[in-house]
Amino acid sequence: MAEKVLMKGNEAIAEAALMAGCRHYFGYPITPQTELTAYMAKRLPRMDGVFLQAESELAAINMVIGVSAAGKRVMTSSSSPGISLKGEGLSYLAGCDLPAFVVNVQRGGPGLGGIQPSQSDYFQATRGTHGDYRTIVLAPDSVQEMVSLTIKGFELADKYRMTTMLLADGTLGQMMEPVSLDAEEVVTFEKPWAACGTGMKRPNNIINSLSLIPEELEQWNLTRFKRYDIVEENEVRYEEYMMEDAEICLVSFGITARVSKNAIAEARARGIKAGMIRPITLWPFPKKPLLAAADKVKAFISVEMNMGQMVEDVELATRCRKPVLSCTRCGGVIPSPDDVMTAILKANEMGGAAK
Amino acid sequence: MTTVFDRPHALKDVSLHYCPGCTHGIIHRLVAEAIDSLGIEGRTVGIASVGCSVLTYNYFNVDMIQAAHGRAPAVATGVKRAYPDNIVFTYQGDGDLAAIGTAETVHSAARGENITVIFVNNAIYGMTGGQMAPTSLPGQITQTSPYGRDVKTVGYPVRVCELLREVDGAAYLERVAVNDVKNVKNAARAIKKAFQYQVEGKGFSLIEILSTCPTNWGLTPDKALGWLEDNMIPYYPLGVYKDKYAKEAE
Repeated sequence: MAEKVLMKGNEAIAEAALMAGCRHYFGYPITPQTELTAYMAKRLPRMDGVFLQAESELAAINMVIGVSAAGKRVMTSSSSPGISLKGEGLSYLAGCDLPAFVVNVQRGGPGLGGIQPSQSDYFQATRGTHGDYRTIVLAPDSVQEMVSLTIKGFELADKYRMTTMLLADGTLGQMMEPVSLDAEEVVTFEKPWAACGTGMKRPNNIINSLSLIPEELEQWNLTRFKRYDIVEENEVRYEEYMMEDAEICLVSFGITARVSKNAIAEARARGIKAGMIRPITLWPFPKKPLLAAADKVKAFISVEMNMGQMVEDVELATRCRKPVLSCTRCGGVIPSPDDVMTAILKANEMGGAAK
Repeated sequence: MTTVFDRPHALKDVSLHYCPGCTHGIIHRLVAEAIDSLGIEGRTVGIASVGCSVLTYNYFNVDMIQAAHGRAPAVATGVKRAYPDNIVFTYQGDGDLAAIGTAETVHSAARGENITVIFVNNAIYGMTGGQMAPTSLPGQITQTSPYGRDVKTVGYPVRVCELLREVDGAAYLERVAVNDVKNVKNAARAIKKAFQYQVEGKGFSLIEILSTCPTNWGLTPDKALGWLEDNMIPYYPLGVYKDKYAKEAE
């Protein structure tokens, strides 16, 4: 294995995007993701790539649409309020069946919120803006995983012609960890649908999300959702941690999963069998392993840095067979292992032994 | 038999959806003629906007992308940066370009993006049924200015060419009209020149074309042409507002 380098999460995402063959980046400064933009500004012009600081997040995502429509790999990155501005473009990307890689290094909200880490864009990321569509949402929990999921993210976007969002947070973006940049497999795809000039050799390609015929628009959506079904079938990613004998199942993603692991160690030292299912894809959500766990544990705890936005997904996945507790901090506050331990003790006191 | 007049190859042989008397059809033809005459059809990518011109993607025989309201210059920027040898044009109306897309317009000009903007100014929102546009004239009656545009409460029309001539990145700005044969011929020249500038890598060009909307102006096609001449041209004077390379061209 090649030696590791110490990198900030934001920079590691940028370097991984370059490894994935992305040579087009459009962004706009916003804390706490700015290092990513700055890294691209430094690197891309020296490798015949395109770095452009747009006049707004709206412009940036529409420049992404242009490159994607022309058939090349492209990305943008931002943080929560900026992602709201990109929301329009995310819907158009979906409506046009265009691939894109979008990074959200989340900060506290709503409104201008704060600049400290948060996971309060879970709803926004997994639900999206106007219209019937889905976004593949990847939630790394380390700088190393930011690298591998970025490379995978470009592949999934091209494979399914949809947006892949890397949902990180201010902690992951800002923290430094040793990371291996070994060459990972980069999978690319032909794009015969691209609008980059006919060359007078084929009929013209049209990239468009408009249909004034309801039955036609319905058919487009049905076709798109068949593709989403394949994504749900094939692309669910998650980590099971100490679940073999677990009676309490924590569900947490991103940086909070790291906190949860500390709490699990503490719980087990006290004789409480806690484990964790960590969704790596927030959509598609790991419903099957959660449902399987519902037959074994006595309670779930959704650990998040928001007001409990993932709780309903856990309840639906487990079909409410066991109680789902919510352990959260928000506004830019990271839950401590003690916060999580308190929730574990509460769950452990709940009636009904695990089957 | 010699063919003396034919449909440009860059324009598809389909019916246009525009209302009777609307001048979009003329402008489509002029754009297609420019593409034909420069021999750039195979490397041209057009960006459709939102409004009456939304369906342009069905009419041009080149690769087309339909952009969100006002965002066509940003989408064009992406295409052009991805493929600098492509010829990229946007086709936008006044609401799209001068209201919701003002930032994209100004900043694509400021960057000197090597694209061509076809800006159709008919002083009204056509597709949504005739609301006040950023370019509606003082006193003009529309669905959302039923007592006439009152500049004291809703402000003044935006003169796009005048605004953009102060932007260093803009290379070529001209306002033309399509209300009579002379003006149509002049518009054809300007549109071709704008594409030519892009081919030569000269930077951002925008051709503002004063156009009619008989349906939403509530006028016959003939009277609409007269209204354009009597009301729009005085407020929006025709002419070249900027040409960085004027001396070179002479």
